[in-house]
Amino acid sequence: MSEQTPHASAHIVDEGAEGVPTFEATGGDWSQIAEEAARLGEERIVVNMGPQHPSTHGVLRLMLEIDGETVTEARCGVGYLHTGIEKQMEYRTWTQGVTLCTRMDYLAPFFQEVGHCLAVEKLLGITDDVPERATVIRVLLMELNRVASHLVALATGGNELGATTIMTTGFTGREEILKIFELITGLRMNHGFIRPGGVAQDIPPGALDTIRETLPRVRDYIGQLSDLMLGNPIFKGRLVDVGYLGLAGCMALGITGPMLRATGLPYDVRKHTPYCGYETYDFDVPTATEADSYARVVLRIEECHQSLRIVEQALDRLQAMGPGPVMVADKKIAWPAQLAIGSDGMGNSLDHIREIMGTSMEALIHHFKLVTEGFRVPAGQATQAIEHPRGEMLVHLVSDGGTRPYRAHFRDPSFNNLQAVSLMCEGGLLADVVVAVAGIDPVMGGVDR
Amino acid sequence: MSDDVRRDATGDDAPADAPAEAKDAAAAAKAGAGVVGTPASDTPQTATEAAHEAGAQHLPATAGEGAAGPVLDVVAVRRGMFGAQDTGDTSGYGGLVRTVAMPGPSERPYGGWFDEVVDILAEVLAEQGVPYEAAIEKVVVDRGELTLFVRREHVVTVCRALRDDQDLRFELGLGVSGVHYPADAGRELHAVYHLCSVTHGRRLRLEVAVPDADPHIPSSTPVYPGHDWHERETYDFFGIVFDGHPGLARIEMPDDWPGHPQRKDYPLGGIPVEYKGAHIPPPDQRRAYN
Repeated sequence: MSEQTPHASAHIVDEGAEGVPTFEATGGDWSQIAEEAARLGEERIVVNMGPQHPSTHGVLRLMLEIDGETVTEARCGVGYLHTGIEKQMEYRTWTQGVTLCTRMDYLAPFFQEVGHCLAVEKLLGITDDVPERATVIRVLLMELNRVASHLVALATGGNELGATTIMTTGFTGREEILKIFELITGLRMNHGFIRPGGVAQDIPPGALDTIRETLPRVRDYIGQLSDLMLGNPIFKGRLVDVGYLGLAGCMALGITGPMLRATGLPYDVRKHTPYCGYETYDFDVPTATEADSYARVVLRIEECHQSLRIVEQALDRLQAMGPGPVMVADKKIAWPAQLAIGSDGMGNSLDHIREIMGTSMEALIHHFKLVTEGFRVPAGQATQAIEHPRGEMLVHLVSDGGTRPYRAHFRDPSFNNLQAVSLMCEGGLLADVVVAVAGIDPVMGGVDR
Repeated sequence: MSDDVRRDATGDDAPADAPAEAKDAAAAAKAGAGVVGTPASDTPQTATEAAHEAGAQHLPATAGEGAAGPVLDVVAVRRGMFGAQDTGDTSGYGGLVRTVAMPGPSERPYGGWFDEVVDILAEVLAEQGVPYEAAIEKVVVDRGELTLFVRREHVVTVCRALRDDQDLRFELGLGVSGVHYPADAGRELHAVYHLCSVTHGRRLRLEVAVPDADPHIPSSTPVYPGHDWHERETYDFFGIVFDGHPGLARIEMPDDWPGHPQRKDYPLGGIPVEYKGAHIPPPDQRRAYN
């Protein structure tokens, strides 16, 4: 590929890459592309779109070569949001890692948290010891999060087409779910609520009823969105048969999630390799066969309804089981502090402070050790697959027997799925690039990590 | 920054060799040595207790390795604790030796469908004239997951066999990532491939180990085109060169970035933070339980 492309050029790379064909798509390469275009003197226009562009779904840079209104070549430039979260995780304990990985895909924080914790639990060999109540709370939060994430996908997708009402409706609907998150975790995003071994604390009293009261409103917003989008002739005109990517293309590029299901393959990790007891919930995996942007919108709406089905089942289970432990019984792993609301907000409970500071030296040592050093995880590696709103997420953790991950890698679905931009956009119209990218629904925080 | 980057790759972890921090820790351990701040007299006490308990946790692990059990794959040996290397180490753990050992090769039966997949793979490879022993270094079954260690010259053949044979059918290549073991001489860099079979409902991992001096692996993109960006990322972060990749450029870091940030000898970066007169070092230079 690099040999045939006119503007593939040698660039400053370290000596390890000598003799390797390189293909520059970011950074200082832009001036060279422009110079080369001027030198060749062709009627070729290279459009740089992003990274700061309202329709690129985040800090995504698209390099489009156009002939009239037709895109002849489309490439992505990513990395603008790279913050080295995986590297950071190697310098924090296994529990602190939750706080970091939740910031990767900021629209679906619970999926990273749960994925990380399940992988840590697999490494520790305590998967079966996690209390049932904690697992149900995890499922509840993940499925609510899936709805919130899909609402943003639909909302921003509409906004990028200029349909502001779709945006405001979607975001208002998401607000209802964020209120639930705030009620349960104290935060609207970046929760750090799931912990290895369980969750940080039980759901507060009355939360089940609040969620039950909220769900009809969320359904109402989803209904408004489907009314606004699905029957709208302009919307259909923009989305039907746009951004096509069939089954062969999806499988070749490792694309999963709604994009793969829009080709008719009902591949869903929750059914394929169940985790968190998903095999015990009653839900369907919606599919479509058109494999275009419109089918992806229909699928995301349908997936919201399926997620709400799971949420209701989780609520029933929580109601039926009553209060109980939400953290493993093993005191060598479970976070020692009990949380309580004080006059200055949430913190360690006074009873706990009184015990460790006043009565038990051993409890103080235990608290100190677990909080500063953390627990040790036996050496080895584990991979946990999670059905993320955007596709299959893999969490690959390697332990060297220490209190911190030796290596943490998150295979983020957005990162993988963005590879499809060339296939979906080349040969199409310039305006359809926006629609195709919105159909992928990349979240750059997850792409760049 | 490039000076830091080019640190000796065979050394220990970055946090382990920070002598300045060791002195700080030692100074802190002398209670009441004129340290500013009220909790000074409490902290060293608990820190010492913590050290005792940390040491106690070590003992069964080190003893267990000598006992008859599964073969372990030693990837590093670490000495001491908290990064203290000199005479200032008052923790009493300066002489501690800890081997870091990954789960070693498994014996048959591997259990579940693992045996079936390995048998069929051996058969398919033999049909293609590649002896099984030449391609597969070892099979590791750990925590219910199957890992095949593949010799790098056969990784594309193995991938193709796993994807195309109807009884294997690992049609979904989910990605490639790297792991750096600087103390594992001759096998410093590992590339890890995650494959999934939608047809059979199976997952496995391939692992390829290459020396730091010759970090070349044939690209798996002819078999799994979706590994394109993943291999670019692995090259970017670890410096593993995937031969035959259509355009192996950096993807996350800027094009002219020196070094490969996810390597263990690459510093995390950061600056010391001053708070109420005390200096808190950046995370990779803090005292650590190595």
